[in-house]
Amino acid sequence: MIRSLTIAERQTGLFIAIILSVIGLTMAAAARQGPMAVHGTMALILGLFLAIALAGALDKPSPRADREQNYYDEPTRFGIVMTLIWAVIAMGVGVWVAALLYWPEATPPWPATSFGRLRPFHTTGVIFGFGGNALIATSFHVLQRTSRARLADSVSPWVVLIGFNLFCVWAVTGYLMGSTQSKEYAEAEWYADLWLVVIWVVYFALYMRTLARRKEPHIYVANWYYLAFILVVAMLHIVNNLALPVSFAGTKSFTIWAGVQDAMVQWWYGHNAVAFFLTAGFLGMLYYFLPVRSGRPIWSYRLSIVSFWGIVFFYIWVGSHHLHYTALPYWVQTLGMTFSVMLLVPSWASAGNAIATLNGAWHKVRDDATLRFMFVAAVFYGLSTFEGSFLAIRPVNSLSHYTDWTVGHVHSGTLGWVAMIVFGAIYTLVPQLSGREDMAWPRAVEWHFWLAVAGTFIYVVAMWNAGITQGLMWRTYDANGALSYSFLQSVQAMAPYYLLRAIGGVLFLSGAILCALNTRATLKGVRFGVGTADRPLVSQPAE
Amino acid sequence: MLRLHYNLEKLSMGLVVGIIVAASIGGAVEIAPLFTIDQTVEIPDDMRPLTPLELAGREVFIREGCYACHSQMVRHLADEIDRYGPYSLASESAWDHPMLWGSKRTGPDLARLGGKYSDAWHVAHLIDPRAVVPTSIMPAYPWLERSLDASDIGAQMGTLARLGVPYDDARLANAAADALAQSSPDSDGAAGVAERYGDNVAIRAFDGDPSRLTEMDALVAYLQSLGTQTRLPYAIMSEEQP
Repeated sequence: MIRSLTIAERQTGLFIAIILSVIGLTMAAAARQGPMAVHGTMALILGLFLAIALAGALDKPSPRADREQNYYDEPTRFGIVMTLIWAVIAMGVGVWVAALLYWPEATPPWPATSFGRLRPFHTTGVIFGFGGNALIATSFHVLQRTSRARLADSVSPWVVLIGFNLFCVWAVTGYLMGSTQSKEYAEAEWYADLWLVVIWVVYFALYMRTLARRKEPHIYVANWYYLAFILVVAMLHIVNNLALPVSFAGTKSFTIWAGVQDAMVQWWYGHNAVAFFLTAGFLGMLYYFLPVRSGRPIWSYRLSIVSFWGIVFFYIWVGSHHLHYTALPYWVQTLGMTFSVMLLVPSWASAGNAIATLNGAWHKVRDDATLRFMFVAAVFYGLSTFEGSFLAIRPVNSLSHYTDWTVGHVHSGTLGWVAMIVFGAIYTLVPQLSGREDMAWPRAVEWHFWLAVAGTFIYVVAMWNAGITQGLMWRTYDANGALSYSFLQSVQAMAPYYLLRAIGGVLFLSGAILCALNTRATLKGVRFGVGTADRPLVSQPAE
Repeated sequence: MLRLHYNLEKLSMGLVVGIIVAASIGGAVEIAPLFTIDQTVEIPDDMRPLTPLELAGREVFIREGCYACHSQMVRHLADEIDRYGPYSLASESAWDHPMLWGSKRTGPDLARLGGKYSDAWHVAHLIDPRAVVPTSIMPAYPWLERSLDASDIGAQMGTLARLGVPYDDARLANAAADALAQSSPDSDGAAGVAERYGDNVAIRAFDGDPSRLTEMDALVAYLQSLGTQTRLPYAIMSEEQP
């Protein structure tokens, strides 16, 4: 990565690495003990490592002179590698905690490996580590291609990627040490949250500066989605994480929100993390890689406009469907339910647009596992958005809420939609990045596809059964008007489903490991940093 | 309209502004009015905040991720009221930073847990759940018997006081002492805890050993406090179902 930077950029990088070291040292010195001190030390070590590497390269040769005529793909490659590392680790933890629900005696007697600490490790690792890296990496690729411009500068992509991964590592290691805000999908403590804001501002600035250099008059649809992802995630992250630290030299903080307001803010954040992290960004990915891989233009331009603004406007309202029948005012619940149902229109418009794009390319879907990943992703996107609208309806929610049905719904979205589109994008991108026609092991892509589909299917069906069984057992009355089942009986009834779920998870994880190994084999032997792997800018306009 | 969008696509700042506006409306409409609730939903007269020891227990509850499997929100549905007790009121979590309503019941709801089981049951259950409930799938928490680090409790309560939780000067000044006294009923400080937090505070050696303050003391004190900070939910239920 350093060889692709000019001497001036290496000096800038050195300066930033020293700042990171100073921040790390300050945190460690101020906190002295506890998670914040450990995290400060991590930042210090990372900063020193980068500083030494950059200082040592100050007298090395500059990159070749025509660098500016090429796309900058090295950050994308780094992001893809991080995506797959996080996939294997975080999905591995997911399989492990799933197994613990079937076999709780296997819990080791150490605090750090307890279920309650590993569960947020799994969610953060998968959403932010796997999903976030995939989004950032592909956004750099898509942004440059659709703008026909090189990234606006060469240092900030690395600040974004390395800084973002530092956030992810801080977050998950914090949970293992017992530091958490307990807000779901926003568990990281205040200093990590502040750090992410800084990284996000750099990301946004880089995106806008590159867009400003574009040689296409129009901004392509994929970029609208990536922009919505960047902007709205910033808004959600900042508002939900507003907190007052007990001390600036300590990890612990209290959210400024309390009670019913906190519940509403949390699920406004929580559901829109699904909308703008796990949907908008990945739709951006779909809108670029599906047409590229299938060789077909997006079916309807108008439909993409309607669905984009529909998703941006409607999604924000729906968070309150997580709070049906609770102490949240009834009218807010009703609004959330209504918008959840309306949301089906733009969601299915997107899914339909994607599937209709494949018209005329169905033979490719049959033959090409990579394109099939994207097709299945679009189908699962349609299925899980339908399920989401359905579960948001108040009486349905009375049965499904608090049960494993929710878990099944989330995984039909994350395994079936998010992970599938990521794998489709990776299998399209990695050969390009390596200057090859295909992955190193094309047969393994086929294997991965079927492992992923089978794993998702088993997982989701098991959780549907589990959730509906739980929901019904909790509400069944006998002839005398007493509840028929104790809570414990409903726990016992879950055992076969929890076992099946773990098996589904193992299949899915095996596929992800296969993908990581395949990617490693494909990228192996490609010399990066000397410019050979960079693709030249396309000079002719798209249309 | 299409023409308008055709031109909007050429303006990156136009898209940025459009996205921010479109994505702000829903949140503003649903969240802003909730802040007038402070004036419309009254805090019950008998409502008390958590004691220092219970607050420390809440931190243990959060640290161990208990909220991932246990909700604290009884919905107003017949079967939930029959199974757990009176439905939860907004005022009950008004001082909770953050709320712990939860989203999943791998284990049962805990909103009405206080007083349902003995302290000894909780201790045995937390150390080895399957010793008490053979088919439980809850993990064991044997490390909770280590000493509680109570040095930060006063500062934490001070922060909560700045956020509006009613910890007055007397409560703040005695935070660490009250944490210790609540789990040693025969000590001199025990009367002070009752004086500052009211008579419905449990003052017991929760883990059975009054000489040592452990994380187990804190967590069990917290679990026994759940649903006992006010009697209002029970009063409402008995009015609704005479």
